[in-house]
Amino acid sequence: MIEIRGLVKSFGRKAVLKGIDLEVADGQFLTLVGPNGAGKTTLIRILATLSKATSGTVLIDGLDLTDESIDIRRRMGLVSHQTLLYGDLTPDENLRFYGRMYDVPNLEDRIGVVLQQVGLEGWRHDPVRTFSRGMQQRLAIARAILHRPSVLLLDEPDTGLDQHAAEMLHKLLATVGAEGRTVLMTTHNLERGLSMGDRVAVLVGGRIAYQADKSALDADSFREVYYRSVRGSI
Amino acid sequence: MLYKILAIVHKDIIAELRTKEMFSSMFVFALLVIVIFNFAFELRVANVKQVAPGVLWVAFTFAGMLGLNRSFILEKDKGCLEGLLLAPVDRSAIYFGKMLGNLIFMSVVEAIVLPIFWILFNPPLFSPALILVIVLGTVGFAGVGTLFSAIAVHTRAREVMLPILLFPIVVPLMIAAVKITGGLLDGQPLSEMRNWLNLLVGFDVIFLTVSYMTFEYVVEE
Repeated sequence: MIEIRGLVKSFGRKAVLKGIDLEVADGQFLTLVGPNGAGKTTLIRILATLSKATSGTVLIDGLDLTDESIDIRRRMGLVSHQTLLYGDLTPDENLRFYGRMYDVPNLEDRIGVVLQQVGLEGWRHDPVRTFSRGMQQRLAIARAILHRPSVLLLDEPDTGLDQHAAEMLHKLLATVGAEGRTVLMTTHNLERGLSMGDRVAVLVGGRIAYQADKSALDADSFREVYYRSVRGSI
Repeated sequence: MLYKILAIVHKDIIAELRTKEMFSSMFVFALLVIVIFNFAFELRVANVKQVAPGVLWVAFTFAGMLGLNRSFILEKDKGCLEGLLLAPVDRSAIYFGKMLGNLIFMSVVEAIVLPIFWILFNPPLFSPALILVIVLGTVGFAGVGTLFSAIAVHTRAREVMLPILLFPIVVPLMIAAVKITGGLLDGQPLSEMRNWLNLLVGFDVIFLTVSYMTFEYVVEE
């Protein structure tokens, strides 16, 4: 579970997040949409413990982000538009390295399982730099779920992918999300975001402008709400 | 924590064995420095042995600088540094892992360059004390260099920034290392150069401690 209360992040005098209140229940898939500069990546980076909040509180699975960051990192996986993979190493070597960093038990077997899950078991010993962008992003998902995280953060994971690769990736993410994980995904793609999430939220100008259950929306009404929220902030 | 430090070192060694980018550039650069100085001083300096300690440490530090520059640039590529920071370990484990990797690469280059230096400059003796001085100097250089490499990688002119930041800091280390190396080559016992040795050890202890304590703040936003 992710609980965010009054989260503020400023860079100098510029406030990027201006008091975020957001909850993602256990096992829920929340899609966060918003225009460029809304603060989506900043929010994900704070949740991933890569950046510190200026004020506010964040609890992940009941653990405080400020005081228990190492325990939180153990429970969390991140997929961003960067793969966080070493191009000169093979998938096996990359996953073995990250597995050691996360103390993954039965690492050999686990690497086989996650590579099969993302459809890369046949490329286990090829250098990652020879992979297409779509294959690298699938391997990034394998890296993110290797240690069986309960919380998965997805920061525009389909950036730079062609239509086919993006569809494959979203099918994979839906499978990964359906394994009972709490998922927070940011995206620019309204339709895809709505179809994947249990709930959707709109982040505009550093504030949550709208949030609702997916059942309360169809694609057209969500698009209308989104553009109204964006226009309202200008 | 040790297991994770070793995992980082192992990963760096595998990546380097595959590309040999860092090692080859460090080795070729160190070799060029020694050869060029050898020819230059043979023409102008009466006693080459007087400048040999300085040449040796210039070769070591300049080659080390190349390696340190590459060390965090490779981590920055594809966001791998963030991948490291996401791991559930104390940030100091990342520092010691990277520092140990840099130390190993520098030591390998030094182990190959040293015999070539011996052939070209023909210094009078080779003692275990000299190895001790080289180890202490390299530990200090890699220790503080790893920290500054992590700082420089976040700057725009990162490849220029590292030498600008690092060389003023390592001046005491270099002076001590060159003085002791020169003394040893002149046949003095190490005990006669205790002050310089204390400076070398003190530098290592102080800067390893400071780097360990400050690395977290360097890599975090």
